[in-house]
Amino acid sequence: MNPPVWVVLGASSSIARAFARLAAEDGADVILAGRDGEDMERSAADIRIRGGGKVEVRHFDAADRASHPAFVEALPRRRLNVFLCFGLLYPQEAIERDPSLAEPVIAVNYLGAVSILSHLAPRLAAEGAGAVVVLSSVAGDRGRPSNYVYGSSKAGLNAYLQGLRAKLAPHGVSVTTVKPGFLDTAMTFGLPGMFLVASPEACARACLAYAAKGREVAYFPAFWWLIMAIIKAIPESIFKKLKL
Amino acid sequence: MAEAGWRHQAFAGWGRVARAEMDAARPERVAEVARALAAAGREGIIAYAGGRSYGDAALNAGGRAILTSRLDRLLDFDPASGLLAAEAGVTFEDLRRIFLPRGFLAPVTPGTAFATLGGALANDVHGKNQDQTGNFGAHVAWIDLMLPSGELRRIGPEDRLFRATAGGLGLTGIIVALALRMARVPSRFVRLEERRVGDLDEFLAVLEAARSKCAYSVGWVDALASGRQLGRGIVESADPAPPEPGDDFKEPRRKRLPFDLPGFALNPLSVGLFNALYWRRVPAAGRERRVALDKFLYPLDSIVGWNRLYGRRGFHQFQCLLPEEASHQALRAILETCSGSRAASFLAVLKTMGRDGVGLLSFGGRGHTLALDFPAFSGVDDLLIRLERLVLDHGGKIYLAKDARLSAEGFARMYPGLPEFRAMLAEVDPTGRMASDLSRRLKIKAGSP
Repeated sequence: MNPPVWVVLGASSSIARAFARLAAEDGADVILAGRDGEDMERSAADIRIRGGGKVEVRHFDAADRASHPAFVEALPRRRLNVFLCFGLLYPQEAIERDPSLAEPVIAVNYLGAVSILSHLAPRLAAEGAGAVVVLSSVAGDRGRPSNYVYGSSKAGLNAYLQGLRAKLAPHGVSVTTVKPGFLDTAMTFGLPGMFLVASPEACARACLAYAAKGREVAYFPAFWWLIMAIIKAIPESIFKKLKL
Repeated sequence: MAEAGWRHQAFAGWGRVARAEMDAARPERVAEVARALAAAGREGIIAYAGGRSYGDAALNAGGRAILTSRLDRLLDFDPASGLLAAEAGVTFEDLRRIFLPRGFLAPVTPGTAFATLGGALANDVHGKNQDQTGNFGAHVAWIDLMLPSGELRRIGPEDRLFRATAGGLGLTGIIVALALRMARVPSRFVRLEERRVGDLDEFLAVLEAARSKCAYSVGWVDALASGRQLGRGIVESADPAPPEPGDDFKEPRRKRLPFDLPGFALNPLSVGLFNALYWRRVPAAGRERRVALDKFLYPLDSIVGWNRLYGRRGFHQFQCLLPEEASHQALRAILETCSGSRAASFLAVLKTMGRDGVGLLSFGGRGHTLALDFPAFSGVDDLLIRLERLVLDHGGKIYLAKDARLSAEGFARMYPGLPEFRAMLAEVDPTGRMASDLSRRLKIKAGSP
């Protein structure tokens, strides 16, 4: 029997690297997909030396939606699992200074994710099994003045994933929305106001476990569920006065 | 607010005496290293890797640092030759975990597995096999060095820049990757022989016998013993052990020291008691046993954060190399100075070295090396000044990876390769982009005030 395949979309991030290492260590084959081919080749070499499943590198650009059908077409005709972990964050102040920066954030986080997942969905359904794990964010749970463009792109993504989950469930494909709190990644390095920061390795390990269990929505670390439950429960009339 | 991608953070050397606030970047790709280098301002920039240098070698107060922890990928491995190419942030712990089960070991390793390959090269570190195997840099086939200009260059041992980079304290640029010739080991064990020695004469005689006979040799000295017992201790010598049926290795179990011990916990009384018990741990007749390589090479790694033993004020480590002809007399003088000052040192290590390092500022050569720990008590600076003078008087040198107090004048006398190193820096870093607290303290750069 063939080992499982994980397609890692956005493979140059620290969380993607950690995920790919762990998946390969468990014996899965891994397809690293992203824009920085040279960097992904280094990650692929790393995984090969550490040993485990096979690994290959493919070009993928979330923002170049016209290329998505060909990317999906070229994937091996095997049962696929998908780890989507690309994302773009500009600080809210930067977007307020230059509103045109909102567009790439939405184009990558929402449009890009919707496009590639929509092209993948028929393939996943046809295989009759598989797991999709999408790295979203707690920022999508409620629009906050500190990052509401990024948050709204993730909120849109979360709603899309709810629908995709219901659509794919009858075909035996699970869809997990992962809502990490603060992760110690290049995206958040040096940002003010970070606390309880989790390592990419821990998050990657959790993502693999969610896939194995077919979880629907998972906060990571889990205590973020409580934090976000409180934040979501605050009435809008009060919330608007808070500087969150 | 700091600029995007930079974090203002407090750092400390492993001894926690040297401290600095720096703006740090943490590149995950090679291209990001160039971007971070370009941001170096007047205060300069330095690589900060495993944080295992004891003093200020990786600190740059008020300036910038490049954290290399996320450059941690293995790039190529040839099992036939043992040549391993890896990014600079890969640690000896990574190598231990991945390669020891396959019968490969780093040819030279420092006493902690949490050091990185880049840091090992920048300090041209040595291990318990220095006598026969030399320093780390001697086993490096090439270096991918990002020059201060941002140019990435692959350099081999024949390049002058290689000799400036091995042991160059990070001042020639950022080491991005390197190729290391891994050594083969027959099993994950060594055959370890331990012997109690009663005084310095016996200590040196036992070390002398071990240096040509065994791959590894190292001794622990009771630095508080005085008089007839001056220089008493335990000598360990070891060789790789052949495999045995039923060999079973467990991952080492680690404990964490979760808090700082109060500063008074290590005092001459408690350390003296510890030392006396530790000495008697080995039976008077000596003993021989099979020990896991990991445990032999990295004894202190079993307590994560052991540097907190010394309390919040931290400690100094002092390590010197004394040339063979002078070492007996010099060791006696140094140990007398220590036991006389009642400075409690319970990590005192004495071993032989046999080979020069490949770098211009390498810590190597034939002789004896002694390492001592001193809690940062009020008289420690005077003691370190006295020890520096003793080392100079006997033609020795002090190990920069451990040091936080050596004077610029003393440094220049100990390291005759300095003028050539300075000339090399003027070539590759004319604008002085690379800098550290150590480079300023030791006035390493040409024309530094």
